[in-house]
Amino acid sequence: MTSARYSAIRTSLRTAAIMIVFTVLFTAVMAFTYQTTRPAIEASVQEEQMRLINEVLPAESYDNLLLNDVISVTAPEALGSGGSRRVWRARKAGQPASLVLETVASDGYAGRIQIIVAVGANGTVGGIRVTAHKETPGLGDYIDPKKDRNKIKPWVSQFGGVSWSQIEAARWTVRKDGGDFDYRTGATISARAVTRAVGRAVGYAVEHGDTLFAAAAGSSL
Amino acid sequence: MNIQALRESAYNGLWKQNPGLAQLLGLCPILAVSTSMVNAVSLGLATILVMAVANLAVSSLRNFIPYEIRIPVFILIIAALVTMVDLVFNAYLHSLYLVLGIFIPLIVTNCIVLARIEAFAAKNDALSSTIDGVVMGIGLVWVLALLGGVRELLGAGTLFSGIEMIFPEASAVSVFGDDYPGFLIAILPPGAFFALGCLIAAFNAINARMAARARRIPPAPATTAKPDAAPAAG
Repeated sequence: MTSARYSAIRTSLRTAAIMIVFTVLFTAVMAFTYQTTRPAIEASVQEEQMRLINEVLPAESYDNLLLNDVISVTAPEALGSGGSRRVWRARKAGQPASLVLETVASDGYAGRIQIIVAVGANGTVGGIRVTAHKETPGLGDYIDPKKDRNKIKPWVSQFGGVSWSQIEAARWTVRKDGGDFDYRTGATISARAVTRAVGRAVGYAVEHGDTLFAAAAGSSL
Repeated sequence: MNIQALRESAYNGLWKQNPGLAQLLGLCPILAVSTSMVNAVSLGLATILVMAVANLAVSSLRNFIPYEIRIPVFILIIAALVTMVDLVFNAYLHSLYLVLGIFIPLIVTNCIVLARIEAFAAKNDALSSTIDGVVMGIGLVWVLALLGGVRELLGAGTLFSGIEMIFPEASAVSVFGDDYPGFLIAILPPGAFFALGCLIAAFNAINARMAARARRIPPAPATTAKPDAAPAAG
């Protein structure tokens, strides 16, 4: 192709033009796919969020459009550092019912552990789920009920129904540290990180509950 | 494309030039996603799709691609196809997409895709290139399935865990019962190297045995024996 008939400039212009044609062609193909799949992707993301929330909060306990009633909160002390967290507000007949908070534990065994916590307006925990983590497979990953060997009573189930008014702030940790929560021998660090993060999130929800419910949907605190 | 060429293509992809055991291309996804059979096969199927369509696209366009800039154009084609597969997985197989995560975009950097385009699709017609892509992909998938199956079985004592992400009614099979303690290293990254090493050793042993048998059995009277038999694969 590098024929002596063409000068260097002409060759480079011609090659660049061919490259541009290919780039435009395949970018158009990608753009078309993006447009076609976008509604389905948005629906999948919403469905995934709803599925997670439904695991910690019974669907009959609220009647508002939960996914739209969301605010973003920046509270590094309570909900973990590194950006804002989403807080969904569940209401029944217009009255505050529960808060679903995202929180992050940075003191796990490997990386950040992302958690969602449902807290009722009266300070009772509805349930918690670990949504993303890098804890050791087969050892610390029992914090995720899908990986927990105990299917009948997974480790996270002990959080369901505990109340902020019954357990003082210092006792939201594993029994080994004088807390009120179980852990599995050999993998204390993961359980401790999750338990403490849940405690901080519940405390935050109870303390700032009125502000969190009152904020306009879509706003940032 | 005749039957002879098809058989040769199939033999190369599935056994002799197997991407996972002989060419050893694309080790990154092989080692990283083979923690369970479902993950391994899912990524393998996505790779087959990319390889077949990329080979088809390149072989159809090969007369328009200047030799000097073929590599950038190949990469552009692969990247566009992988982006499409990524979007389609995100849209229609969302829970699987969350598990495979980073590894779908990484198909772009899977050497086997570029290697087949450069070595085969750039020089052959569209039909045989597409078949080459599919067959090489199947060769990769069966190795991935075996590796994922062995690691999952040893590590967690189950098979097909995560199948409900693809078929909601199906569920995983617990082979060793619920109180199987697990063999952690099989699931951790070093286990991938151990398991792949054992598979390659078995592959080479079978090849050596077949070569030895070919030497022992005297050739048909009509043809003369070759002076030196093929050396054992190694």
